[in-house]
Amino acid sequence: MAKAENLQMPQGEVKEMRLQEALREALRYEMARDPRVFVIGEDVALFGGAYGVTRGLLQEFGDSRVRDTPISEAGMVGLAIGAAINGMRPVVEIQFCDLLPLCMDQITTHAARYYYQTGGRISVPLVVRNKFGTRPGGGPSHSSCNHGAFVHFPGLKIIIPTTPADGKGLLLSAIRDPNPVVCFESHHLYGVKGPVPEGDYTVPIGVAAVRREGKDLTIVTCGGMVLKADEAAVALQAKGVDVEIIDLRSLAPLDKETILKSVAKTKRAMVVDEGPMVGGVTSEIAAVIQENLFSDLKGPVVRLGAQHIPPPHSPPLVEAILPSVDGIVGAALRLVEGKKK
Amino acid sequence: MLDTAKRKEMLRTMIKLRAFEEKLEEFYQKRAMYGSTHSYRGQEAVAVGVCSALEPKDLIASYHRGTGHIIAKGADLYRLMCECMGRLDGYSKGRGGKMHMGDLSFGFLGNTGTVGGTVPFATGAALAAQIRGSKEVAVSFLGDGAMNQGVVHEAMNFAGIWKLPVIYVCENNLYAMTVSVEKSVAIKHVAERAKGYGFEGKVIDGNDVELVYAETLKAAEKGRAGGGATFLECLTYRWDGHFGGDPGTAYRAKEEIEAWKQRCPVKRLKEKLIAEGNLQSEEFEKITAAVYAEIEEVAKKAQASPMPPKEFELESVFAKSEVAHG
Repeated sequence: MAKAENLQMPQGEVKEMRLQEALREALRYEMARDPRVFVIGEDVALFGGAYGVTRGLLQEFGDSRVRDTPISEAGMVGLAIGAAINGMRPVVEIQFCDLLPLCMDQITTHAARYYYQTGGRISVPLVVRNKFGTRPGGGPSHSSCNHGAFVHFPGLKIIIPTTPADGKGLLLSAIRDPNPVVCFESHHLYGVKGPVPEGDYTVPIGVAAVRREGKDLTIVTCGGMVLKADEAAVALQAKGVDVEIIDLRSLAPLDKETILKSVAKTKRAMVVDEGPMVGGVTSEIAAVIQENLFSDLKGPVVRLGAQHIPPPHSPPLVEAILPSVDGIVGAALRLVEGKKK
Repeated sequence: MLDTAKRKEMLRTMIKLRAFEEKLEEFYQKRAMYGSTHSYRGQEAVAVGVCSALEPKDLIASYHRGTGHIIAKGADLYRLMCECMGRLDGYSKGRGGKMHMGDLSFGFLGNTGTVGGTVPFATGAALAAQIRGSKEVAVSFLGDGAMNQGVVHEAMNFAGIWKLPVIYVCENNLYAMTVSVEKSVAIKHVAERAKGYGFEGKVIDGNDVELVYAETLKAAEKGRAGGGATFLECLTYRWDGHFGGDPGTAYRAKEEIEAWKQRCPVKRLKEKLIAEGNLQSEEFEKITAAVYAEIEEVAKKAQASPMPPKEFELESVFAKSEVAHG
């Protein structure tokens, strides 16, 4: 992603760190600045979080603002909503996105609708962080990609940081946002390093990033799939196909402007996502593109996503259901050459 | 011991709750309101006893049968009536109806139609108070039906482990819609569960407004002093069906309903005050007439108020800036 980073190079003083450290930077920065911010979740205090994101926060900010919880996902999100209504800025960690359905009522029926249903009298500034990503070993309840399901619900903001800089910038924006934000953090990206600006660095929610500029084809993607798309783009470049990559960064609000601007230029679009295609991110974005640019398109909007199968355990089974670099390259060539499958 | 003035005020508020429900029922029959009523008649002593013992900065979370709670906490009757009627001047501008409101200006955290859904909100509001040391107490009103929702159990466990300043006021009116508490709970009193969460649970007469007041005051003082949560199981009864159009007799014996009506919380306080020589029948009639006249006036004003325009604003879903607390 070296080239991609060049297009989004943060300004000023930067420090090289992993995504998980960048997320921690955001939490530390905002907890120091705003006494209303507190962190709750399973194993977030003493252990520092299942992925180390909250490491050191207990020691720095104390056990009132950094709290280990019992295993009660719905309860902790519900408590966070109540605390948010009563003037706090809670950040909840849910260890796997597979556990979000346990708190679905609290997130989608309550937090997301509160501002609207109270006639704008009460807002719910809440952040629900979670890890997503399909990988071997996780299996059906520990390696889902259900981010697309949350796009369905009005009133939620949904972010997916890809680079460490975005991790810090987007999470900081999320904590400061007066609305509920669900932050999907990719398993594949936690350990990826990149430059992160020091100090008060925010990335606006709802603005996509052009990771790579090109003229022949636009690939719209997010999360861990940005890495695969980038790898595919390098391979395609060698074959004379110039790919533009749009990293969504936010699923809601969706940055239609950046997507449409790119596709209007390249006239070919492919949407790649790690989640299931049926009723998911790819279907929504494909619809947006064809509704707006149907007559400009040189071919159908191509979708690559997970098969409609629960996330499996064994490596070959996982590989079989996810989009691959070769798959992206092949689909791109077919699209550019105007050939049917 | 409560002074006479305060007790008369509580009596007046109980009548107000009842008069409001009766007007709402009338509007429901006339199709002048939208959605269903969830009459609070018969349970007035709980809302009034609890809210009279709270300070203005204290918070309440309510549920679908919530009109009584929020009137007792200080809601504006006109805004509430308008919301029931889907009017623009309603608390939620007609977006939520009476099951979906919230207004921190009088300490109302909100209510929703998911049974038990707001129990963690009150608990979390108490957590906020604990973290910043701001000393307000949160009350979670819930029915006996909510006692069997998972998230309620989770919230109460949090209150126990963190000693949160929250009071769970369970209005045990013996029925979750049509299903009796005997069919839903294997123990005699749901208050027994409080022990399992590590705090005190009490079963009290929910039709005795003075007792509800006294127990709430104790629980609030305990919460403010860092003593943690309290569970109050208030035994009471809803006179009407679960919703407008439900006579409430398909699953309850007429004799049972009549017996509970004899334990009317308004009648009870009225008779006590009269026996003490602190209230005259004429004065009671005067108070009652004034309250009903007030409701009538509010209803008229609400009926004349505008409906929301037939349009939607996508911007209304997201706050642009934080809505200030209080």
